[in-house]
Amino acid sequence: MKGATFTKNETSLITTRLDEVIKWGRKNSLWPLPFGTACCAIEFMGVVSSYFDISRFGAELVRFSPRQSDMIIVAGTINYKLAPVLKRIYDQICEPKYVISMGACACSGGFYDNYATVQGIDQIIPVDVFIPGCPPRPEAILDAIMKMQKRIDREPAPRRGVERRHEITDKFTDSH
Amino acid sequence: MTNPETAKHDAIVDEVRSAFGDALLDVDRSYDDLALVVEKAAVHSVLAHLRDARQCDLLLDIAGVDCMDLPESRTRFELEYILYSIPTDVRVRVRVPVPEDDMDVATATDLWQSANWGEREAYEMFGFNFVGHPCLKRLLTHHEFQGHPLRKDYPVMGGQWCTTTSDMTEDLEERQGGVPK
Amino acid sequence: MTEKKQVRIEDALPGAGEVKRPYTAADFDSDVDFARDDFDEGLDLSDLDTEPMLVNIGPTHPATHGTFRVYCHLEGERIMRAGVDVGYLHRGFEKIVETKNYTQVIPYTDRLNYCSGLTNNVAYCKAVERMLGIEVPERTQYIRVIIMEIQRIMDHMICVGANIVDIGALTNFWYFFNARERLNDVLEALTGARLTYSYVRVGGLAWDLPDGWRDRVKATIKEIPKAIRDVRGLVAKNRIFQDRTMGVGVISKEDAVSYGWTGPCLRGSGSDLDLRKVRPYYHYNEFDFDVPVGANGDVYDRAMVRVAEMEESLRIIEQALDRLPGGPINVDDKRVVLPPKQKVHTTMEALINHFKLIIEGICPPPGRVYDATETPNGELGFYIISDGRGGPYRIKVRPPCFYLMNTLKYLIEGAMVADIVAILGGLNIIAGELDR
Repeated sequence: MKGATFTKNETSLITTRLDEVIKWGRKNSLWPLPFGTACCAIEFMGVVSSYFDISRFGAELVRFSPRQSDMIIVAGTINYKLAPVLKRIYDQICEPKYVISMGACACSGGFYDNYATVQGIDQIIPVDVFIPGCPPRPEAILDAIMKMQKRIDREPAPRRGVERRHEITDKFTDSH
Repeated sequence: MTNPETAKHDAIVDEVRSAFGDALLDVDRSYDDLALVVEKAAVHSVLAHLRDARQCDLLLDIAGVDCMDLPESRTRFELEYILYSIPTDVRVRVRVPVPEDDMDVATATDLWQSANWGEREAYEMFGFNFVGHPCLKRLLTHHEFQGHPLRKDYPVMGGQWCTTTSDMTEDLEERQGGVPK
Repeated sequence: MTEKKQVRIEDALPGAGEVKRPYTAADFDSDVDFARDDFDEGLDLSDLDTEPMLVNIGPTHPATHGTFRVYCHLEGERIMRAGVDVGYLHRGFEKIVETKNYTQVIPYTDRLNYCSGLTNNVAYCKAVERMLGIEVPERTQYIRVIIMEIQRIMDHMICVGANIVDIGALTNFWYFFNARERLNDVLEALTGARLTYSYVRVGGLAWDLPDGWRDRVKATIKEIPKAIRDVRGLVAKNRIFQDRTMGVGVISKEDAVSYGWTGPCLRGSGSDLDLRKVRPYYHYNEFDFDVPVGANGDVYDRAMVRVAEMEESLRIIEQALDRLPGGPINVDDKRVVLPPKQKVHTTMEALINHFKLIIEGICPPPGRVYDATETPNGELGFYIISDGRGGPYRIKVRPPCFYLMNTLKYLIEGAMVADIVAILGGLNIIAGELDR
């Protein structure tokens, strides 16, 4: 957190901006919603375990309810059947919300370029960090969390690809 | 080295031939396996015979095949039932040629419970109509999907967006006689 | 300096030191003794108005391992009717492999049952090798046995660990996952990957064992019995676990066979069908191991069968490591195996051979074959149709989970809601294999 610290007689005082404190709080307590469908979910389970330890980033508290989490990690292939479910769950997360797309299948459909698989979840929801790999190593996932923290530090960047996404998701009738 | 299963297969072929005569169109013994090619009208009786007289109590799988590009096939589609007998350790396949204009096949759900989902998948992927199946609906693709994806004329990249999450109340209503009051 | 005062707990909390006694009817203003099991006998509940509740479990749910949906009508806690909706991970495996060649299909098979990817690789390559009529060398057969049995242990660890976690005991999960990480390290040293290995090739393996791998495996498998002992000690005679799993999800042997069950779930119901014993491949008939069989067909039996199978797998691995011969790992057949790189760069014949194998692929003769392997979940079968090209005309996968899932509806109707997770966990449903 950027700021200045003053210490005198066992008392410390930190002066900073409100924005910095809010960002510091947000980035160090990202509670993930693991939207795990396939093999990447098993690697995510490995990251949560004590060997790789996602808890050092404050992200150990996996919440399976969208109302209680602020980051959704889409781990695994999303097919057309699951796409409206993903959109609905994403809409249910309260702002500020962040999205990590984990694995080749979530980023771009992976090597399943066929009738059943969505070619990248950024066609449905805006994504902040993409993790390539099939499946990505647990260290890559930790690296992604760190990149997400840096992203939160910066000024909010505009979400990309908004127009094309609305073209598709405007047809989804029951997400709220 | 003779395969111990060959003698059992020989016995089955003889039995089915004498019981069903012309309905047994062909016998495929490649790779030391046995595949009985049977007429569509007789498939239920042949399967019942194999289950009862030959103790084929395990229906392993039902595979649909689109033979559009296979030169040696009789009809556009084929169904293959893969059976296994646990007491006698015999694996038998029953192949049924199914023409494109008449895809009605008698269901095997009254013989084995595993035929329930096996036939549902074959219907969904190819379009076979299993007469007498308790619930012949889509299983793996979404409820707005049109077409039968594993047919050779369905494009590999033919993705179809699904715009709603399916509400299973209609499913339960239709299949089980209504939502309880 | 301030004085420290000793505070006794009995002074701080009144009644804290007393022994708590169970509640009796005298504690309540009622004549019904709730402490007895039959407290509602004789009570007139006919005028209680109830409404059935519709509950949707999934497709994203912490206790369903994989994406599928169970939709129930509940009457109180009892399930009156249930429906199962699958297909949320349908990735079109069977369609896309028609556009690839036989070697390119191997990574797709990895992702079928992703908890034991190497077993699927071996199952697929075994089917293609049968079609080609070739037999892999002895060394490859023993290595394939070792890696399949290691994967069996890993898959059972995930299944039983996750099953017990859903019932509420988290510690066992960590015991098993730590042991699984040790085994995963061993496989990572061999193949380079952590989950989707793609190490097996048609005609052999991708590369030979690294130096010291055998001793590493021997050292690692010494740590596994401790994890099994710990979990068994915590769970097998535990009253709570037994109450939650004994008598739950019972299925008889005849019903299970009719529903198409194979593998440890069928063995939990009393059948001893195990393809490694009945149709042995890769010298399984020479190994000394037993097939654990359950008696009642409930969730407890299925979990204990899996734990016992882990111990049998350890025996097989030790025997295979002792018998591992030297020799080549790829079959000596130019139609199938890529020539060594040294020759490709120096001789013309090897260059052309390499070129043809990469561009056209392995071309088995036209025909159809069905071949099955005993994977940790049951019988995984591949029905492959070849038309002489470098790629398959049709591959039909016989997934063991598909037929287990078919039965779920019938197992949970009439049971309580809390039993759903126990039953589901015991069936080991992997969505990648279920939906392909």
